Amino acid sequence: MNFDDTPQEAAFRAEARAWIAANAPKQYEEELRKSSLGGTVLKNVNILEVAKAWQKKKADAGWACLHWPKEYGGRGSSSIECVIWQQEEGPFGKLSGMFFIGHGMCGPTIMAFAGEAEKKKYLPPLASGEKVWCQLFSEPAGGSDIAGLRTRAEKRGDNWIINGQKIWTSGAHYSDYGILLTRTDPAVAKHKGLTMFFLDMKSPGVEIRPIKQASGASDFNEVYFADVTIPDSQRLGAVNDGWNVSLTTLMNERMSIGAGVSTGFPELFDFCNSLMLEDGPAIQDRSVRSRLANYAVKASGLKYTSMRAISALSNGERPGPENSIGKLVLGAMLQDIASYAMDLEGAAGALTSADEEIVNGQFQQMLLTSPSMRIAGGTDEILRNIIAERVLGLPGDIRVDKDVPFNKIPTKGR
Amino acid sequence: MNFDFSDEQKQMRDAARQSLAEKCPPKAVREVLDGKATHDKALWAGLAEMGFLGVAIPEEFGGAGAGHLELCVIAEEMGRALAPVRFSSTVYLAAEALLLAGSDAQKQKWLPKIAAGEAIGTLALFEGKGNPAPQGIKLQASGGTLNGVKKPVPDGAIADFAVVAARTGSTRRDADISLSLVDLKAGGVEARALTNIDPTHGQAELTFKNAKAEPLGAAGEGWGILTQVLDRAAVLMAFEQLGGSDRALEMGRDYALDRIAFGRPIGSFQAVKHILADMYVSATLARSNCYYSAWALSTNAADFPEAAAAARISATQAFQHCSKNNIQVHGGMGFTWESDCHIYYRRANATAVALGSLSYWERQLIDRMRKKNAA
Repeated sequence: MNFDDTPQEAAFRAEARAWIAANAPKQYEEELRKSSLGGTVLKNVNILEVAKAWQKKKADAGWACLHWPKEYGGRGSSSIECVIWQQEEGPFGKLSGMFFIGHGMCGPTIMAFAGEAEKKKYLPPLASGEKVWCQLFSEPAGGSDIAGLRTRAEKRGDNWIINGQKIWTSGAHYSDYGILLTRTDPAVAKHKGLTMFFLDMKSPGVEIRPIKQASGASDFNEVYFADVTIPDSQRLGAVNDGWNVSLTTLMNERMSIGAGVSTGFPELFDFCNSLMLEDGPAIQDRSVRSRLANYAVKASGLKYTSMRAISALSNGERPGPENSIGKLVLGAMLQDIASYAMDLEGAAGALTSADEEIVNGQFQQMLLTSPSMRIAGGTDEILRNIIAERVLGLPGDIRVDKDVPFNKIPTKGR
Repeated sequence: MNFDFSDEQKQMRDAARQSLAEKCPPKAVREVLDGKATHDKALWAGLAEMGFLGVAIPEEFGGAGAGHLELCVIAEEMGRALAPVRFSSTVYLAAEALLLAGSDAQKQKWLPKIAAGEAIGTLALFEGKGNPAPQGIKLQASGGTLNGVKKPVPDGAIADFAVVAARTGSTRRDADISLSLVDLKAGGVEARALTNIDPTHGQAELTFKNAKAEPLGAAGEGWGILTQVLDRAAVLMAFEQLGGSDRALEMGRDYALDRIAFGRPIGSFQAVKHILADMYVSATLARSNCYYSAWALSTNAADFPEAAAAARISATQAFQHCSKNNIQVHGGMGFTWESDCHIYYRRANATAVALGSLSYWERQLIDRMRKKNAA
């Protein structure tokens, strides 16, 4: 066991640190440091542009998607080097939010299932942020039960014709490409008739409508497909093997969501350190300390859990279902931290006006955004099922639709 | 960087698990639980023979000279097996205090005996209700003798010697506390066994009447040493709690797989699955905090005090969470004397308050984080 750098790792860290010091957009550092979930917003500039510029700069110098092979736009780095990079990138890493799905999920899926020519063509611009990708899985009829999706793909010559609707598609409105899970055979059991593709989001017949979220923001969308054509060369994996392909994507999704999002604890700790309550500094209050300590050990527990997962990866193990715990713990924790910080502020905790500079409204934003963390990328309940079934080995739920042809499954409750 | 135990350490864990399964079956734990023995003497001798008691004691003092990472590995297995022996008092508290502050002669006298299983040691710190604090120590040390009362003292009724926290000045300051080393068999100390929620680990009241004592460490430095001893013991105890958490989780999982209700294994119901998934989550967070603290202890890292508090809190929470929900998954069967569920529950809640309860460690953690941030 060794949590220190080896000489080689120390050299890598020094190189990364020097490059970041010389190249990062320093003018946004303070704002980025203070922003947390739901609040990564830069005043007076378009954050998407800042993010793309930083990503391109990293890619040009060989610091993008570090663990990807060089020929696909990465650096061929070890998992440990990726951790070192993340530690060094610090608040500038928050600029990577818009590339999360592309780098964390679409990229690995393309790498595992696309042909060589496609990989060479599509992966480098994905790594450099010049092209942004989204993931088109969820549907009105298939959220947690993702295999219940109904978007049809029908073969016509060398092409596939897509008709249907996706929902909760993060970033579809600024994406160039997407990976798309469709139904190709409705006459077999639901998991057995799915096929995965990728497509150009500007294809004729694709219509994107933003969803106004409970938080007031619009990060995700409905996406409609009306006779959209996809060439067979953009199929990922075998026809009707889409379920297996999607498992690769989803496992990477849970891994990356868990690893990449801040816990909210450092923000709460700073906040409590400077807050005065009626009878003295908040940090001297026994109950405040107790709450803080509880969050602190969750935050450190998550940090070291992901480090242990990385050790397992570097010993050649695959990312497993154990990684589901990251997002499960984070979602509830962010929500809890947000309401606790507001509690400490009393009635003023409800205010979100811009002049409430004491916290910049960050906990209020966190409160309003955090419900989505417990739903997106697998609900808390689905994650608990995954841990129970695939880590602890408990029996699967009784699935009444398991061996029923998809087109014979009831579609209405009552 | 490498965030896992080495292959050798894992082999050691497997060997410890196997020998504890043979030498410490549930039947042996029950002997002590039911009051038929104060502790498992055969197991104690076996642990000495396998070198587990002196894992972290240097070779020059009769130990194996391996180190604290190895001791953490053994501690986890002791917790998993619910070993009814004086491991934590002797090895985590007494031996660590000697290693930190003992003179060469003191080390030569006691450490080889600990490693050989010939002496049981303990730390006499508490004086009734309350968490560790200098003002809580009233027992007086003067002229080489001690006068006062300590309770609870872990394994106090059967210990051969004790490290005793005593008052050598009259203020609330740290500098008024010093440590003493007392041979409990030399007279002047009366021991009275106390009942407690975990009968597999004894507690006692020790009354010191002009008991002969020699100083351990410099006068006035007792509180500082004590804090370090508690930090080290916190990490080792956290591993013991971790072993208990994992075993409680396994018991719950196994029962959920075997028990049929409504025509199916109860483990196929989401209500039961989710209880078990949450147990896994708390045990995993604790494990990760424990690993970091073990490394920080073994390398004397600058943030060790913070890491120790975090591991202690996390492992305490996990063991309490896993042991109580293990009973819940078992239903009525889990609430019988016959089932082992309650032994884990008892151990979890007894270890939660030993070494200072959660509120002590929460305070330590936040203070230490603030200190680090300020630096």
